[in-house]
Formats: sequence, C-alpha cells, structure tokens
Amino acid sequence: MSATTPRARKPRARPKKQPAHVPALLASMLRIRRFEERCVELYSAARIRGFMHLYIGEEAVAVGVVEALTDEDAVVSTYREHGHALARGVPADAIMAEMFGKATGCSRGRGGSMHLFDASRRFYGGNAIVGGGLPLAAGLALADRIAGRNRVTCCFFGDGAFAEGEFHETANLAALWGLPLLLVCENNLYAMGTALERAQAQTDLAMRAASYGMVSWAVDGMDVLAVEDAARRAAEGVRAGSGPHFLEMRTYRFRAHSMYDPDRYRDKAEIERWKENDPVERLAGRLRQSGELTDEALAELEQRVADEIDAAVHSAEQAPEEPVEDLLRYVTSPVEEAS
Amino acid sequence: MPATGDPAERKTTYREAMREALRDALRADERVFLMGEDVGRYGGCFGVSLGLLEEFGPERVRDAPLSESAFVGAGIGAALAGMRPIVEIMTVNFSLLALDQILNNAATLLHMSGGQLPVPIVIRMTTGAGRQLAAQHSHSLEGWYAHIPGLRVLAPATIADARYMLAPALADPDPVLIFEHGGLYNTSGDLPADAGPVDIDHAAIRRPGTDVSLITYGGSLPKVLAAADDLARGGISAEVVDLRTLRPLDDATLAGSVARTHRAVVVDEGWRTGSLAAEISARLTENNFYDLDAPVERVCSAEVPMPYARRLEEAALPQVAGIVAAARRAVGPEPFTVGAGAPYQDGKAAG
Ligand SMILES: Cc1ncc(C[n+]2csc(CCOP(=O)(O)OP(=O)(O)O)c2C)c(N)n1
Ligand SMILES: [Mg+2]
Repeated sequence: MSATTPRARKPRARPKKQPAHVPALLASMLRIRRFEERCVELYSAARIRGFMHLYIGEEAVAVGVVEALTDEDAVVSTYREHGHALARGVPADAIMAEMFGKATGCSRGRGGSMHLFDASRRFYGGNAIVGGGLPLAAGLALADRIAGRNRVTCCFFGDGAFAEGEFHETANLAALWGLPLLLVCENNLYAMGTALERAQAQTDLAMRAASYGMVSWAVDGMDVLAVEDAARRAAEGVRAGSGPHFLEMRTYRFRAHSMYDPDRYRDKAEIERWKENDPVERLAGRLRQSGELTDEALAELEQRVADEIDAAVHSAEQAPEEPVEDLLRYVTSPVEEAS
Repeated sequence: MPATGDPAERKTTYREAMREALRDALRADERVFLMGEDVGRYGGCFGVSLGLLEEFGPERVRDAPLSESAFVGAGIGAALAGMRPIVEIMTVNFSLLALDQILNNAATLLHMSGGQLPVPIVIRMTTGAGRQLAAQHSHSLEGWYAHIPGLRVLAPATIADARYMLAPALADPDPVLIFEHGGLYNTSGDLPADAGPVDIDHAAIRRPGTDVSLITYGGSLPKVLAAADDLARGGISAEVVDLRTLRPLDDATLAGSVARTHRAVVVDEGWRTGSLAAEISARLTENNFYDLDAPVERVCSAEVPMPYARRLEEAALPQVAGIVAAARRAVGPEPFTVGAGAPYQDGKAAG
C-alpha cells in the first residue's frame, strides 16, 4: 500500500524482482515471532517477570529497517524491543537470560525485558520512558557529525511517543543541525489503550514530521520488502548528508499492550482484519508463490528456530544468578587501574 | 462528606477504595474532573478509574495524549480558572517530564503572584518498587516532592486512607500530590464503618508501643507492621507511626512517639542519601535530642537504580528482616541481669 501523504515524498515503487536475501528476512521475522511466543509461555510460568511488551505483528519493521543498517550504525529502541534486539544480532540466549534475570543476560539481569542492551552491537537499549530514546539518539548522531564519522543512528519509537515534547524537540533539533538520524515511528495505531485519533489532532504523522523540514515517508509496515526499501533509501539519504529522515511505519500489534493489559479497548474484528495482513505469512505466501519456499524448507526453518530458542531457554535456566553481593555494581564506573 | 451510611465494616481493596473516592469527588463537585493518560477508556493503567468514564462521560474523565508536561500544566491552568482538577500521572517516574510544571508553576504561582493565584489541583501518581519493573518504573521520588515548599504531599498507606484522603486533598486550596504505592492496589481488607475524612495534617499511630518508634509511610507500612509483630514475639514493643503526610511533616506526633519510646527507626523506600528519612532523622536530632537513647536508625533502599532480577530487587529494598535488625540495634543489647546467664565464658564475652 505504501500509503503516503500528498506532502510526504513517496519512496520509489518496490523493485519487481525479489533479491536473494528475501528468505533471510522471513527467517528473521519468524525467529522473532517464535521467540516471543515462547516468552509468553515463560511469562505464564513466572520464569519471566516485570512488564513485557510483545512485538508480534510488527516484525517486518525491525527486520526491514535493521537490514538497511550496517554494523557501524547505532540503534536506539523502546520497551517493545525484543524484535529490534534480535534483528540487530543480540544473541537470543543473552536476551532470554536477561529476561530470566541471570548474570549472563545482555544487561546482566539488571534490565529485564524492557532494558536490553548490547554496546558491542551499538544497540543502545530498550528505554521504558516513552520518547526517552529520542534525544539520546540525537546525541549519538551529533557525536558522529562532530567526529566526521559517516554513520547512521536509527531510533525506533511509537505513535504515542509522537505526542511527547521529546519527539518534537528532537525533530526540530535534528533537522536544524542536519543530524544523521533515522527516525522510525512504529505507528501501530494505539498508545496503550488510546487510539491514534483520540491522541493526535492530526493523525498523518509523516506529514507532521515533514513540517520540521525532514524527508518523511509513510510506509506499509506489514510488508518487510517495502520497509526495507524505504529504510535503505532513507539511510542512503542520511549517509549522503541530507539530515534526518522520518519513516512512519504503519503497523499493528496483534497482542495486548503488555502482559497486564486486558485489551478491552479494541474491536476483536479489527485485530482479525490486521492479522489477515500478517507480515510473516504475507512474505511466506509470496515466497511460496514464486517457488522460493517449499514446505520442507519452511519446516526446516521452523526446526532451526525452535532449536535455537530451546537452547536459549536451556542456557538461561542453567545460568547463574548475579550474586547479591554485586548489588551495587555498575552504579558508577569502576576506578581504572593506574597503568 | 463521604459518609457511607454502611452499618458495618465492608470488604474492599485499596484500588476500589481509591475509585470510590474518585467517584465521590466527581459526584460531589461539578468543578472536579479527572485527567490523564488512559484514565478513561482503558480504566487507568492500574485499573483505578475503571467504569468512571461510563458514569461521568469523557468531559469529566478525560483521556490525555502522552504529554505529561502539557496535561499537568493544563490541569494547573484549569485550577487557576476555578476548576478542581484531579490529574493522574501513571507513575512518579513519568512525572519527571512534568516536574517543571509542578515545581515552577503549581508550587510557586501563589507566592510569585503575591497571594493572588492559588492552585487547587490534586495530582495522583503511583510510586515504588517490588514488581520487577527495573530502573525506569520503580523509584520512590516522593521525597523529592516533599522538598518543595508550596506543595502538600500525601501517601495513603491503608484502605481507609485510600478511600478518605482525596476529599480533604481537594478541599485544600493549594496543590496536593498523592502517592499511591503500586504494591498496595491489590491489598484487600475491611473499610471501617466509622471511617471518615482523613486528617491530612497529622500522622497516624498504627500500633502503639513503648520500646522503639518505627516511622514510615506508604508502601512500607505493611512491612513495618510485620516487623513490629516479629519484634513483639521477641519481647520488644514497637510503636508504628504512619506519616501519611510527607509535607508538611507532623513534628508533634513524631516528638510524642519518641518521648514515649526514646528510640526511632525510619523506614523509607527512597534512596538513603538526601532522603525523607534523612529529614526525619535530622528533625528528631534537632528537636528531640534529649529524648533519644540511641542514634536514629534508617532503613532505606540501596543506592542503586532498581535492578530487574528478583533477588537483586529484594536486596535493594527495605525488608522486614532489615527493619527488625535496625530496631534491635536501636533498642540495644538486653540489659544485664544477674543470674540470667553467664556473661563471661572462658574469658570471652558471650555476646
Ligand atoms: C513518559 C511515559 N509516560 C507514560 C508511560 C506509560 N506507557 C508505557 S508504553 C505507553 C504507550 C506508548 O505507546 P506508543 O508510543 O504508541 O508505543 P507502543 O507501545 O504502541 O509500541 C505508555 C503510555 C511511559 N512508559 N513513559
Ligand atoms: Mg503505538
């Protein structure tokens, strides 16, 4: 659909021929889907605690966008970040161990589901303050600008965050200074229980972002190829020095806001309608049609993903807890040994 | 005002008690409205306002976009113009996005205007840890707000206070902040039939005692009461003081308690440094120095952003065992009595 606004620039139509890496995109989305389905089981069994927000339904956004980034680029995320972290290459077992609160977790058990970090992959974390990652992303981009490094900082955030001052302050600052920032708004139509049209006076987010003087596109966030295509062009634009770019990813979460949410505010028929557009099934169907995916290949993929998740759960279960004596670690930086 | 007319005690929860208080307030005064993120259709992020939208409509139970500074500031403006807004912020952590409005407007307008502009607003928010929500959803920052002249800061710790603190808060002509500990919402118990509007100028003695004063508020009260039970089994009579109002502090009740017990332990889920517990300790030392037989003890949260892992979070928070130990330290070793055991054995002190 690649819905756009009159004022927002439209990305070029998707190339007809699907590139060879497309099956890898499917694998990546399926891996996120199955990982989170396992998380639900583990949450019900009280192995995972705290707040947990599922990305199920939105996988195409993380997979398509991260595909367009290089290892040098940075990613800043939200509390709904399992998908971003997995797509970015944070190992599944480190994420699972984190949710188990174990010492081998990617945040050493301090963060949990909402605060996954991996500095080695320039994954600057889950942030549980809505909009809180945006100014930080601008700062990462500013540092690159000052140091003359040609890197992109990609910041994911929701439609709800678009209402916060932190978004608008960051958008203005980034556009004013021409920062190398890729702003990816995951518009899943709800901020917790509040529908977009009940929170935004003007619901065309891409158009509003364009008003800051940024290149801004609305994209079908349920189509991983459209997402990837838009993200590549936007990242190219950022790398070419044309300042921040904004992508409004039109997507939908299939599950409740969090594990605590009774989901009373949405019409079940609406959820079912969006499920017809399931990004995983959509791509699998397309690949089947083009003959690039056989039933055997899909079964094999499912098995590979299941094995990886089994192993992640197993290692998280076996992993040691962080000793209570280390409670005060990482509050301030360790004193460097004099060399 | 909120006389229930119920003849006997009624079983309820902290959450329902708070909801009843909101319902009363909305019924009693046309100027009252509730505003915040997800307070309407969603029913409140902790379910407190569930059903109120249906009863009072979207003008009076008003969903706001994610924009803490804007809707808190709008509440302040509406209060200036004669309304009696109740603004809900989901948690104290997010109130930091509205801190400018709360401090630089709500708390100062009356003074800056030379008394012309009172701000009769009530701002409610959740506080506290204990649910493995990690470092951006767990902190107890009410002590910071208690630092600010111009505000009144309340912390209902019981079902009766949840039920009957809102009316006097709304009656206050100045801004009142109400901190609801997230761990309390599900507590259930009886609402005493004779409960009525809370005296928000005074602390409450939740349990009388003679040996040590355990001073606390909010979500720590159940732990402190459990510690008092534990101490009683060991022969120590602890008096439990629930501050209820964190600003202004009720020095008189604290002084009275310490005059009886001569020892004090302050239990506060905030971080120790610069905490409300530090303020209380300082006041007791300044005002009641000659009543004290031991240094004031403090049991606070460890000075670390709240960790997610269960064991780490438990270790970071005040717990019953730590409160009991602090009380025992304050009370000191049991007095030596002749024949009550050998004070010296093999030339070593026995303990
Ligand atoms: C500053 C702030 N206010 C409120 C919250 C509570 N909260 C957490 S997620 C959320 C909804 C955010 O919606 P959106 O930005 O659309 O992201 P989505 O959850 O849909 O991915 C809210 C209100 C918060 N975490 N931070
Ligand atoms: Mg959303």
